[in-house]
Amino acid sequence: MSAWLQLLRCEARLLCRRPAELANPLVFFAIVIALFPLAVGPQLNLLQALSPGLIWVAALLAVLLSLDGLFRSDFEDGSLEQWVLSPHPLALLVLMKVFVHWAFSGLALVLLSPLLAVMLGLPAECVPVLLASLLLGTPVLSLLGAIGAALTVGLKRGGLLLALLILPLYIPVLILGSGALQAALQGLPTGGYLLWLASLAALTITLAPFAIAAGLKISVSE
Amino acid sequence: MTAYLHARDLACERDGRLLFEQLEVRLQVGEMLQVCGPNGSGKTSLLRVLAGLMTPTAGQVLLDGQPVQGQRAALHRHLLWLGHAAGIKDMLSAEENLAWLSALHTAATPGAIDQALRTVGLRGFEDVPSHTLSAGQQRRVALARLYLPGPPLWVLDEPFTALDKQGVAQLEEHLAKHCQRGGMVLLTTHHRLMRTPAGYRELELGAGTP
Repeated sequence: MSAWLQLLRCEARLLCRRPAELANPLVFFAIVIALFPLAVGPQLNLLQALSPGLIWVAALLAVLLSLDGLFRSDFEDGSLEQWVLSPHPLALLVLMKVFVHWAFSGLALVLLSPLLAVMLGLPAECVPVLLASLLLGTPVLSLLGAIGAALTVGLKRGGLLLALLILPLYIPVLILGSGALQAALQGLPTGGYLLWLASLAALTITLAPFAIAAGLKISVSE
Repeated sequence: MTAYLHARDLACERDGRLLFEQLEVRLQVGEMLQVCGPNGSGKTSLLRVLAGLMTPTAGQVLLDGQPVQGQRAALHRHLLWLGHAAGIKDMLSAEENLAWLSALHTAATPGAIDQALRTVGLRGFEDVPSHTLSAGQQRRVALARLYLPGPPLWVLDEPFTALDKQGVAQLEEHLAKHCQRGGMVLLTTHHRLMRTPAGYRELELGAGTP
């Protein structure tokens, strides 16, 4: 147990020592949403109607942006080999790593989103739904993206390939996430969307670590 | 339990080029095997195959007489791998690096980590981020793992890189002692070892191919 705490602390420490890498996706998220009202014009109805899709697309791309380098430095300095050869199960190790990464990028994005929602004129009663949908959706985005990151870590320029591999898998999350927000805007019940997102989250938390571990093993053995 | 490594009819192919075939490797308790050969003769590939990082093109690796595929966990418990890139994180200090590596493999107390860093001559550099250390000092951080309680089978790829004379002598002495205590060492290096244990052998790769 103390070994896992130590590993968690170490991952958190590593992320904290590269604050620029953490800030990049958040700044991207904030800038995309802040620019929209300027480009579209200050018509509240139009912005409100656009906001569910806009927030979700920006969040999705921000998560994708943050994932490209998830395993890159581990691959280059040889620590990925140490991971693969550790007596601890690799799937659990990667789950821990993705969780720490999500806590510093995805969770930060969730916390930032109400502020940006105000910019788009989203009514206050929609904010809980926004928070819940992002809270359930971003871990799915992180875990699915990590599968792609694990498969492309050995390639020199894996960024575009990562996007091509992973974007199709992101579509259900995008539809359900923005759907929940649309429903909230129109005063319809959102429970169904959120339950679907929760089941997707449960599915990826249990299965994605195995796919990530397998991807890393393939990348290391090349 | 004695981890005893045996590889039969091993062949390895990379990018359509056959590096070695029909290779037989045996490593018993107390033995040290130095893999020699020119650059590109497949030394690192052989080590990676034996450590289970790569699957061989043909042949199989046995641990204690059993195929290694079925007992990955046992192999990982008995094996310490130190690759060309040694798994040292730039942004972490020497002490944090070792704490992290020992959490990943065999648990070690902070006192033992401190002692290991002193032994490899990094006293006073414990708290410095690793990217500010010299190449030789970074190598010493990685080698400090060998002074912590750990598994018996050491697989080391070019462990002497960037070390100074005193560091090389100290490491040779330590490897020989490890073998005398019942450990096993499998290493690649181009330099001739001055201090070798009783069970020392050499394996020449790529001697027959042009």
